[in-house]
Amino acid sequence: MDGDATLETIDLIEKTAKTIYYTADCAIGYEAANMVLKGIEGFRDDYEEHILRHRCTFQLYQPVPCVSLCPAGVDIPGYIALISEGRYDDAVRLIMKDNPLPAVCAYVCEHPCENRCRRNMIDDAINIRGLKRFAVDNAENILPEKKADSTGKKVAIVGGGPSGLSAAYYLSIMGHDVEIFEKRKKLGGMLRYGIPNYRLPRHILDREIDTILSTGIKVHTGVAVGNDISINQLRDQFDAIYIAIGAHFGKMMGVEGQEAEGVISAVDLLREIGDEKYPDFKGKNVVVVGGGNVAIDAARSVVRLGAEKVTIVYRRRKVDMPAMKEEIEGAIAEGIEILDLYTPVKVEKDEENRVKALWVQSQIVGPIKGGRPKPVKANRDIERIECDIVISAIGQGIESRDFEKEGIPVTQGVIDALDTTAVKNIPGIYSGGDCVSGPATVIRAIAAGKVAAANIDEYLGYNHIIATDVTIPNPRLSDRLPCGRVNMKERDSYDRIKDFDLIEIGMTREEADQESRRCLRCDHFGFGVFKGGRVEKW
Amino acid sequence: MVNLIIDNIKVQVPEGTTILEAAEKINISIPRLCYVKELNEIGACRVCVVEIEGINRLVTACNNVVHDGMVVYTNSPKVREARKTNVELILSQHDARCATCVRSGNCSLQQIANDLGIIDIHYPIELPRAEWTEGFPLVRNYEKCIKCMRCVQVCDKVQDMHIWDVANTGSRTTVDVTLNRRIEESDCALCGQCITHCPVGALRERDDTQKVFDALADEEMITVVQVAPAVRASWGESLGISREVATVKRLVAALRRIGFDYIFDTNFAADLTIMEEGSEFLERLNNRATSKFPMFTSCCPGWVRFMKTQYPDMVDHLSTAKSPQQMFGAITKTYYAQLLNVDPSKIFCVSIMPCTAKKYEASLSVMNDAGTGRDVDVVLTTREIDRIIKAEHIDVATLEEEEFDKPLGVSSGAGVIFGVTGGVMEAALRSAYYLVTKENPDPDAFKDVRGKEGWREASFDIDGTTVKVAIASGLGNARKLVEAVRKGSVDYDFIEIMACPGGCAGGGGQPIEEGKQLAYVRGEVLYGLDEISNIRFSHENPSVIKCYEDFLGEPLSHISHELLHTDQNEWALYEESEKVTDKEGKPYRYGKQLAYE
Repeated sequence: MDGDATLETIDLIEKTAKTIYYTADCAIGYEAANMVLKGIEGFRDDYEEHILRHRCTFQLYQPVPCVSLCPAGVDIPGYIALISEGRYDDAVRLIMKDNPLPAVCAYVCEHPCENRCRRNMIDDAINIRGLKRFAVDNAENILPEKKADSTGKKVAIVGGGPSGLSAAYYLSIMGHDVEIFEKRKKLGGMLRYGIPNYRLPRHILDREIDTILSTGIKVHTGVAVGNDISINQLRDQFDAIYIAIGAHFGKMMGVEGQEAEGVISAVDLLREIGDEKYPDFKGKNVVVVGGGNVAIDAARSVVRLGAEKVTIVYRRRKVDMPAMKEEIEGAIAEGIEILDLYTPVKVEKDEENRVKALWVQSQIVGPIKGGRPKPVKANRDIERIECDIVISAIGQGIESRDFEKEGIPVTQGVIDALDTTAVKNIPGIYSGGDCVSGPATVIRAIAAGKVAAANIDEYLGYNHIIATDVTIPNPRLSDRLPCGRVNMKERDSYDRIKDFDLIEIGMTREEADQESRRCLRCDHFGFGVFKGGRVEKW
Repeated sequence: MVNLIIDNIKVQVPEGTTILEAAEKINISIPRLCYVKELNEIGACRVCVVEIEGINRLVTACNNVVHDGMVVYTNSPKVREARKTNVELILSQHDARCATCVRSGNCSLQQIANDLGIIDIHYPIELPRAEWTEGFPLVRNYEKCIKCMRCVQVCDKVQDMHIWDVANTGSRTTVDVTLNRRIEESDCALCGQCITHCPVGALRERDDTQKVFDALADEEMITVVQVAPAVRASWGESLGISREVATVKRLVAALRRIGFDYIFDTNFAADLTIMEEGSEFLERLNNRATSKFPMFTSCCPGWVRFMKTQYPDMVDHLSTAKSPQQMFGAITKTYYAQLLNVDPSKIFCVSIMPCTAKKYEASLSVMNDAGTGRDVDVVLTTREIDRIIKAEHIDVATLEEEEFDKPLGVSSGAGVIFGVTGGVMEAALRSAYYLVTKENPDPDAFKDVRGKEGWREASFDIDGTTVKVAIASGLGNARKLVEAVRKGSVDYDFIEIMACPGGCAGGGGQPIEEGKQLAYVRGEVLYGLDEISNIRFSHENPSVIKCYEDFLGEPLSHISHELLHTDQNEWALYEESEKVTDKEGKPYRYGKQLAYE
């Protein structure tokens, strides 16, 4: 970095580091050498750039840390500033510029934005999702942005989940005629058929969907594209199509006896609940296999459906579970047992083909691959967990076969679309969300919908601008003294397991005022003010 | 309205006013380095910090707004110490050998360090190591950059070219060319707006003054100098003389003192440009079906570079006419050499331009049509000629006014307004009207094209034909206009574009005055010169008429095409030949990086 090195210097560093790695006794020696080697391996370009041009290869596109981590690029410091001024309607309108499902995200977003919050350097990240929830709960009048003049262009959206709804909203306010084709009875996708009411109350979801539809979107529910109507028929009737069918097919465990009565898929169970059919689990002993949010949602739902005992079986350690930490803690508080380091081996049945027990193999934690330790079969006998119901929650697939038949490219089960959401070589067809990425988060699905809307608009020959006239308040000047983060409380676990009502209790005004003023306003200070703290339109 | 107290003085300002502006209202000028109103309010330098009662940390005054009841101290002990320390820290990464800096005496950092009484820096000096491309017309001295980010901002926000960006991290943060390109690989238009916005000497033009001194010293060389229109409106600024004293005739006197053999006016060539470009436009109008419309002016090389890099498919929309500078060079080394009866290789042609891109233009090999090397040998910016005047210790204020030489020093008022946005269009319309109707219009008939808006339009009736024209200055505006043309949302016949906001008057080679945008003030000077001019029409310039009679024949003649027109497609973006050598064949040392030991 002092500019003294030549290209040969890199080779010398590499050789030296290798030798140290091979010969050092102490971890300080070989680990340091290993880090150097990894650096050369991963960033050789950057090393060379420093030698040849005395500079880094880095480029900065979004200078505000929280915004840069939000897949949809929501103007977080902007809406937090509005909340601190009590302007909740404006806060929600600002969010809707980039995310037409503010309430959904206020309740269930995984908030990747909080990870790199600069407030972490002082005390703790801002409770961004909590503030957003305060805004949506306290906004009085949420209206969609004004629609542009009608273009007369028709766009079909296949799938009414978060990605389809987002694309539909933006395309509709751009002035296109949008029609959504949804296989199920109601819109919402995984928001309705995957996430239980106690996390995302139905009336909140319905209100949000109504706001989106109020822009003049036509909806066809109970229509399965690929079955009731073909993609090619849609192509004849519409100028562009966005496929966002999600990942709704529950994978099975692939173990002996899984066809037994009482083995069900978590996705199917949550779907039933989504249609407000509540199966009875009274007195049942239930085992849920899996460690993701779907496993936790299924487990917590069956607790509410009267199960006597609910156990989660997970093949890695509890700390490795991909489910959100708050969800796991909530589940434990509700009396759910988590048995980690076990994989299912077989389902034991009785004479009537009903589940009697799940046999599991103990695992030991093993070498780290791809950032997570791999479970390895332990040298122990298989064990028996007596149960009446086994719920499989080990992942979801995409029902892509009908689409593949009509020429939509599918690679390893997911629809093959570019990062612009365009499907290669098929002009006018776009795809995004879980059916392209595999099961992921709501906010990523929303982001894909937004990208699709922009690209479809352009494909149709337009360049509509999505913006809002909300003005963002100037920051308050203060010393940014350390102050605790406001976390949200939950309903008492004894009460809450008796119903499907909302668990989480929103912030009070007092809390929201304090929390919103903790924001460091990276949009205004530092790099944000230089490179533009916000994307005002897209 | 908001009430607050600054340094114990009560002040009332509208809501949303910055602390810095509120202080200005009561004549307290808070020291600042990086701030440019509306362009760069980012608090990068941390010099404008102030203390606010009730807040322990200091706050930048340039980008924070006042609140009711605020009590501000701009010179508390805490502020004083912080401001001084911050300037010292900036100096610790700045090559402060002011004695050899072109901005010495006109440098915000030097000024502030002097004002704060900094006579010692308590930090080790650490200068960045990076090498600029030797010989490039635009020079960046990494060791002088104070990371104010103004160049990034003007290039992004005004010129929309995005040539500069932050490079590296932490204490090594600096500014460099975007996308990790070398400057010569970039699409830099060479407008020089980054230079005129630089508060220090980190950006400047390639200094070509020594080449001129060498030519002046060579007894065998006949030195011919041309003075661009906009130079006459600004040359006195960095010499500290008033606009009233800094007349073009006094500049002529100074140039004669310096020793130039013949002192001519680019305005003559501007008149010639009108004859050629105006005729070309009329020819295109007469052959509408086969011609490219709209036609764009081509006298601004920054704009031509822009077109070549941003919209290469539209290069044929540019007029084929060379710029006045290049027409002048070609005429000097042919027609004028014949008049003098000398070998054109003995003529050394110097131009004084408000422009950095002109250095590039003159270096293009396709420009050399007189058959004897470069048509224009050296291009000096206004700043460089001022440096020469200083070096020659000429007291310009005491000089008597002198006249340009003849015949290439004769020009019209139409030629002089080439230096301001809209001027080329106005001059062209005056003569186009005449060429079509054989009658002169009222010289002020086309005043509608004047103005400060970045993009203007007008339409005029010329003998029953409506001519729709547009004018843009600043490349950001140019991009908007070209995009609109491409989309078909506007319909123009003739478009004038100048790369610098306000036109050449605001050119990247003009004198720099911190905190001032003088383009329109200088533009008014040029309009004033046009108004008092005896000749208001290019086609009435007697020297131009004679040049056609004796040499060129008529506009768009064969010889005109040879000498005065160019194939814009042939322009290279960067030629190695720019690496000019001195008499001994050694390269001139431009922007050579010397590290402190």
